[in-house]
Amino acid sequence: MPEPVPLARVSFPSMTVASRPAITDTSRETLVHIAGLEKIYATKDGETIHALNDVNLDIGTGEFISVVGPSGCGKTTLLKILAGILARSSGEVSMQGRTLSGPSRELGVVFQAPVLLPWRNVLQNVMVPVEVQKRDRATFDKRARQLLNMVGLAGFERKYPGELSGGMQQRVGICRALVHDPSFLLMDEPFGALDAMTREQMNEELQRIWTESRKTVLLVTHSIPEAVYLADRVVVMTPRPGRIVDVIPVDLPRPRTLAMHNTLEFGRFVARIRAHFNSAGSIDA
Amino acid sequence: MSKAHSFGRFANIVLLPLLTLFAFIGGWEAFVRLFDISKIVLPAPSAIAVAFSDGFFSGDFVWHFAVTMYEILAGFVFGALAGLLLGFIVALVPLAERILYPYIVAFQTVPKVAIAPIIVIWFGYGVTSKIVITATIAFFPLLANTIMGLRAAPHDQIEMLVSYTASRWQVFTMIRLKQALPYIFVGLDVAIVLSVIGAIVGEFVGSKAGLGYLILQKNFNLDMAGTFAILIILSAIGVGLHAVVSFLQRRVVFWMDTSGERVVGA
Repeated sequence: MPEPVPLARVSFPSMTVASRPAITDTSRETLVHIAGLEKIYATKDGETIHALNDVNLDIGTGEFISVVGPSGCGKTTLLKILAGILARSSGEVSMQGRTLSGPSRELGVVFQAPVLLPWRNVLQNVMVPVEVQKRDRATFDKRARQLLNMVGLAGFERKYPGELSGGMQQRVGICRALVHDPSFLLMDEPFGALDAMTREQMNEELQRIWTESRKTVLLVTHSIPEAVYLADRVVVMTPRPGRIVDVIPVDLPRPRTLAMHNTLEFGRFVARIRAHFNSAGSIDA
Repeated sequence: MSKAHSFGRFANIVLLPLLTLFAFIGGWEAFVRLFDISKIVLPAPSAIAVAFSDGFFSGDFVWHFAVTMYEILAGFVFGALAGLLLGFIVALVPLAERILYPYIVAFQTVPKVAIAPIIVIWFGYGVTSKIVITATIAFFPLLANTIMGLRAAPHDQIEMLVSYTASRWQVFTMIRLKQALPYIFVGLDVAIVLSVIGAIVGEFVGSKAGLGYLILQKNFNLDMAGTFAILIILSAIGVGLHAVVSFLQRRVVFWMDTSGERVVGA
């Protein structure tokens, strides 16, 4: 396992101001640049919902970003815009210097629900991105099997989704997001439906995958401990309108262990994040 | 334990219905004999059995069965294919939907049985008119179910595929088509049963051969036992064709297995 990379400390003065220049982790090359991003929905009654308001964020290559916030704070909207499956109302989003205009082959997305195709077996489900992107099947078939092996699903290749538990299905979804070796992984509350035990296991697994593959990850979650445990930086969002109110660098040493949850330092990060929601509404922990 | 269990299943699925059938036939036979019911009102099961074997061995039933089967299958295939094709067009081309759909709905509300006489006049007393009537009846279940099925794909599945840079065509072949299959099979199942009705109705209106023609002839001669024998053949055709479609359905739409554990209380 490679040595954990020490993360540069960045100071964030007066984080609670809504409009401020883009926040950059200067130690890394910028992968994603988000500036002045807005998303406004029109409902059927003619009302408008301001889902995202002046969102500014730079994501460095290889960085692990957690996004936390209560329901309706626009975190899923942000993720869908980055995934290229939702159009933005205004603002600038670029990936590796190029303006984002749709889904990218360099992206792997893990959704809230596993969203497996029930007529495909586990291996065929994992291979979906490879088929869609017309990559070489033989090469990636091997990789798909390795990934399934890594998440403890060796021997399940020919099972159908209906024969798997919810946790197993979600792990298949994670393998699918990784199979084409994307450089940027987007995860939308991937462990929300799992029980606490499996969830912690998956957190450890995800940290290991990230450490080994050095992918850039944006994880949307409503669990503050999960966000702190995994992230280099935690982005805190609040609703109505959805905006970033704080970006907190987490400088806990890596690899992190589950025991760290009980340390004072860990608790300080959690408390700092939670403080944002005492006024803005409740959030799951 | 599993042996006892499988015997229980066998008893439930095969033995019980069979016993009910024997009891029913026995009761019927006894009723007709005891009360001396006239055979032109209600023939005894034994008389129906005799009529059945007579019809079968004289070759009468075989020929008319073949004619009706041909009408059912040909009408079903043409009607189902047309329904599928138009269903795809309406579901995929918005303009086609706006132009065609009101007329399709209007035509659907016309009872097909009512236009059977017109079709017989147009297409004659031969098998062609029966095939056309059967096809118009088999058409709508496929049309409606194909349209509904092609629109049934869950939004999250489409989002998932698009996020991996899938084209519209890939979304269509990898998701929409698959999601439409269960609906299309429901349409096929309804259509095949209606096709039997279509062919018989066509033959009733005017024909020179077929089981419907034979029923009219037997009725005219007050041969009730013969009529009942043909009814048995007709229901056997319906059950058999339904079984074929169900078999294909379980094979093709294997992921929609309904044999799972039943929900308590459901």
